[in-house]
Amino acid sequence: MATSHITHLSPKVQAGATWDLYELLTHALTLKLISFASVLLLWEYAGRIPLSPAFPTFLETLQGLTEIAMDGSLLKGFIITLKPLLIGLFISIIIGVGLGVIMALHKPSEWLIAPIFIIAQAAPLAALIPVLTFAYGIGLTAKIATVCIMAMPVIVLNTLGAVRNTPGSLLEMGRSFLATRAQIIRHVILPSASPLIFAGLRLGSAAAFIGVILAELLITPTGIGDIISYNQSVADYPKMYAAILSIIVFSVLFIELIEWVETFLFRPEKRI
Amino acid sequence: MNTSQVLSHATSPADAAPRPIVEVRSVTKTYAGGVEALSGITLDFPEGKLTTLLGPSGCGKTTLLKIIAGLIPASGGTVLVDGREVTGPGPERAFVFQDFALMPWASVIQNVAFGLEMRGVARSEREAIAERHIERVGLKGFELKFPHELSGGMRQRVGLARALAVDAKVVLMDEPFSAVDEQTRRKFQEELLDLVANERKTFIFVTHSIEEAVYVSDRIVLLSRRPSRVTSIIEPKVVRGDDPEKIRRDPGYLDVVASIWQQLKHYLD
Repeated sequence: MATSHITHLSPKVQAGATWDLYELLTHALTLKLISFASVLLLWEYAGRIPLSPAFPTFLETLQGLTEIAMDGSLLKGFIITLKPLLIGLFISIIIGVGLGVIMALHKPSEWLIAPIFIIAQAAPLAALIPVLTFAYGIGLTAKIATVCIMAMPVIVLNTLGAVRNTPGSLLEMGRSFLATRAQIIRHVILPSASPLIFAGLRLGSAAAFIGVILAELLITPTGIGDIISYNQSVADYPKMYAAILSIIVFSVLFIELIEWVETFLFRPEKRI
Repeated sequence: MNTSQVLSHATSPADAAPRPIVEVRSVTKTYAGGVEALSGITLDFPEGKLTTLLGPSGCGKTTLLKIIAGLIPASGGTVLVDGREVTGPGPERAFVFQDFALMPWASVIQNVAFGLEMRGVARSEREAIAERHIERVGLKGFELKFPHELSGGMRQRVGLARALAVDAKVVLMDEPFSAVDEQTRRKFQEELLDLVANERKTFIFVTHSIEEAVYVSDRIVLLSRRPSRVTSIIEPKVVRGDDPEKIRRDPGYLDVVASIWQQLKHYLD
């Protein structure tokens, strides 16, 4: 509608064409691809300088990735790594969301529990891994515990804030239409808090990936951590970086999946 | 004044004013920290009428409405609805919120059916009732839309449909039209008059707009600045013809507006 006015005033049809090009260049997908490609280009360039003999180019890393993918070690590694990751994340989500909701609805429990998580969120928890190893040995339990201490604080604190932030008028609305306390929690508070709770789950998942890789590098080398540390020790850097790259990609996809689950299950209004 | 009304009601119910369905008896409200919002309010709300609480901003009119709703407790005094003392929200009262208070994750029909859902009405039944009220407020076809897809005026229609759907005797409206644009507001005011005329419901309406109060009310309760008291009760008796524009230019209507303005003006300084 606006364009027709412009073409009417000035005979330059050129204006419309440049506008389209601008639209195309600033399109979300275009910009995302540019952002992605420039990082990969920079990586390729840094590898070719070379920045360090221990830093492979992107293409070498891709080749390494194909090798560990073809010989099956990548898949085997993922299966091993996913076990403490998913168990730890599951525990963190159940306990984290539960504690967050309880603290938000019950002041005394907030005063009792919240300080622990506030400190835990600020502290460099990776430093506690030796203590966890001492307590739980070098097996699966210590790794699950590492995932939990990394993921739980942000989940707990986000849930607490999310529930606390329920708009007062929605709570009044619930009461005035005779909802019981339990109904208000189920039908008003939780749906209202779900976007922030899920933001916490995404941050918590990212922290859980950090936790599981730290555990596999610092406690005993297993799974992806084993591929990383083994290839580092034999100086097969492309494979080492391939393992790192694959866990990053997996982590990103996992967090996207959480976002998708949120929209699909809890936010029907965002699907439109 | 109250005693005489009660007496006349007892002796000759035929020619008495409509019986009060909501009775406010010496209600006071002091907030934590010592702010006195209401100081001894005594008021009757006649059944089937629209009574407006009007006063300077911050005068405690919303506080009084929420005390009647049972959403906040009074510091002293009692409120009786249908003869029973208010201790919390009840099924005979429904509330329309200033900021609409719609659940953004729920569709129009789910929002409208919320009160019925909380009361345990089966899904098919509550959706049938909700659909009827959605149609009644003029939103037919928008049942499956979400609040963010609607304009402010349409959102408040959803809020109104939700309050009507639970079929309460008393509808409490807290500045319901203050967040919608002027044209929508005027349309709403006319629809509200229709509603009062056709429903056997009592409306208690809070507004800070004198014109709106005079236009829609059977009775206007003027409240003073904090700590709030009833300064006067006005019955505008606007003759409502077919043409709303004529009413807004009617000398009688304009006189009432001017006299209320005279009373409220000195609260400004």
